[in-house]
Amino acid sequence: MRREAPQSLADYAPLIFPAGMLTVFFVIPFGTMIAVSFFQRLQGAFYEPAFVFSNYARFLSTFFAGVLGFSLFLAISVAVCCVLLGIPFTYLLTRMQRKTQVVWLVALLSILSLSEVIIGFAWSTLFSRTAGITNLFVALGAMEKPVALSPSFGAVLTGMVYQAFPYTVLILYPALVRLDPTLTEAARTLGASPVKAFFTVVVPALRNTVIATLIMVFIFALGSYLLPQLLGRPQHWTLSVLITDQAIYQSNMPFAAAMAVFLVLVTLALVGLTLFIGRKGEAA
Amino acid sequence: MTKILNSNISRRTVLGAGLAGASMLAMPSILRAQDKSLKVGVYGGYFKKSFDEHIFPEFTKATGIAIESVAEPTGEAWLVQLEQAAKAGQAPADVSMMSQVAMLKGQATELWTPFDMSKIKNGSNLLDHFVNKYPDGRIAGIGAVAWYITLVTNTDAYPEPPTTWQALWDPANEGKLGLLALVSNSFLLEVTAKTFMGGTNALDTEEGILKAFEKLAEVKPNVALWYRDEAQFEQALKSGEIPMGQYYHDVTGLAAADGQPVRSTFPKEGGIQDSGCWALSRASGKGDEAHVFIDYMCQPAIQATLSRKVGTAPTVKRDLLDLTPEEFAAVSSDIEPIIPRYDLYQTKSDWLNQKWTELIVG
Repeated sequence: MRREAPQSLADYAPLIFPAGMLTVFFVIPFGTMIAVSFFQRLQGAFYEPAFVFSNYARFLSTFFAGVLGFSLFLAISVAVCCVLLGIPFTYLLTRMQRKTQVVWLVALLSILSLSEVIIGFAWSTLFSRTAGITNLFVALGAMEKPVALSPSFGAVLTGMVYQAFPYTVLILYPALVRLDPTLTEAARTLGASPVKAFFTVVVPALRNTVIATLIMVFIFALGSYLLPQLLGRPQHWTLSVLITDQAIYQSNMPFAAAMAVFLVLVTLALVGLTLFIGRKGEAA
Repeated sequence: MTKILNSNISRRTVLGAGLAGASMLAMPSILRAQDKSLKVGVYGGYFKKSFDEHIFPEFTKATGIAIESVAEPTGEAWLVQLEQAAKAGQAPADVSMMSQVAMLKGQATELWTPFDMSKIKNGSNLLDHFVNKYPDGRIAGIGAVAWYITLVTNTDAYPEPPTTWQALWDPANEGKLGLLALVSNSFLLEVTAKTFMGGTNALDTEEGILKAFEKLAEVKPNVALWYRDEAQFEQALKSGEIPMGQYYHDVTGLAAADGQPVRSTFPKEGGIQDSGCWALSRASGKGDEAHVFIDYMCQPAIQATLSRKVGTAPTVKRDLLDLTPEEFAAVSSDIEPIIPRYDLYQTKSDWLNQKWTELIVG
């Protein structure tokens, strides 16, 4: 089936609604944010319209570079962990009976109904010294005495992977279900072991899906500001935490906006780079 | 799709319907309005509920002035709204409960109508530091409520209560503290200055502040949690996960009364006393009613009721109150408090915030 290109102006009409929504709920707020990021901060008061670069200048320091670097590193780690866990998990899931699949998917979807606060508190309890999982290890004789596993980088990473995992599975699932089983069968008849067939046939066939998943989880994780606070030490706070501090507690909207704009730009650049490399690899 | 777009409901109809709906919603307040009324902004949630229940009905009974209480958000959002409304000649609330830093910021734009103390006879009951003044001496705000942040401990982990803020620096407490995460709500610079540098005046100069930061940096290895969310620390304190820290005196007392193994101690250097002021927006036309209201709130009997029912520390002198020693101890202490240097959070807020963030994140 070939789709015809829009011929007249009326053919574009169905676009009006989504375009309007996008303008009202995305373009205008984002534009406001960019405008505010150039406003003049008045210490001891609020801000006044102006066109200054001081908010961006303040951001350009090794301190904020460090925080930005950590935020990106954390988001990338979460994305990589989710995909590494998600691909084998989803692959095995698609090979299960329909009924079992439904149970698993419903369980995963129910995680999405949990708020970040609940996830954070649940994990901080699990990682605590007084009531956490280390007590279980002590009871089993694997450890001497219970220890606190939170706050730590591992705790933040675990919490965020837990939160992003359902999304990962949801994106990977359709692609894996549609994956032609004859591909692996062919590999098997040609002598590949199941593991080898998985890595040499299934994974390359999923290339684009994997890249899309990585980007999606990366962006999702980049915006997280509650879990790093609940499960991490101050050095594990992301840029989003500092943006919240500035916007809500310091009422320094211009600086918060400048940081947010910077974060968006860096994110777009990274996503662009990923897509660029992905396309190049495809051409080769 | 196009059918919906081309239907007969015009934009004007929608606007009209919206206006009608909005005025329907506004009706009750129009009907309620009496000859004498006052809109009072109080922090939403617990404070508003307590005031609506214990304070405002009695006030209306005593004076005939109807109170419409308005829930204000904490933080500075309310100040922003008052400020912008005042520019348009509107007052979302006549009298509002404002934090000390917000008071100073409002002073900078002459947002607060000065009070006439001759109309507030009970104002003489107040402790001096609860009268908020413009630099030229006009009265900008009157102390509404006060509360303490003290040194709290888990009684299982610490059978003996600590006696001094120096406990925060004790190497024996490594990884055991929960402290507030922001420079402007933890007031730890003031604690450091009072404990080690002879008083909060040591923070007058930037060198003094940097010295306090340096001393404060020594606390870092002891801190397990820098919290923004109070519930997180409270829960950890009760379970003994984080057995020491700074927290609100009244809430800790309530938890202890519930049988939780926690206690709040006023260190010998004093607890941190934070407070809120009543302030009158310059856009309000209810100056007379506002003075009556504030005069009423400054009565020792009302302050005692607040202490008993809401758990706030009284803003009037101790000897005027009929609180029993136990009732007084539940909300306050005779030890001279550490009063935060609010002026710094107005004049140096960005610099302090930057240094603080670098201190705890770095």
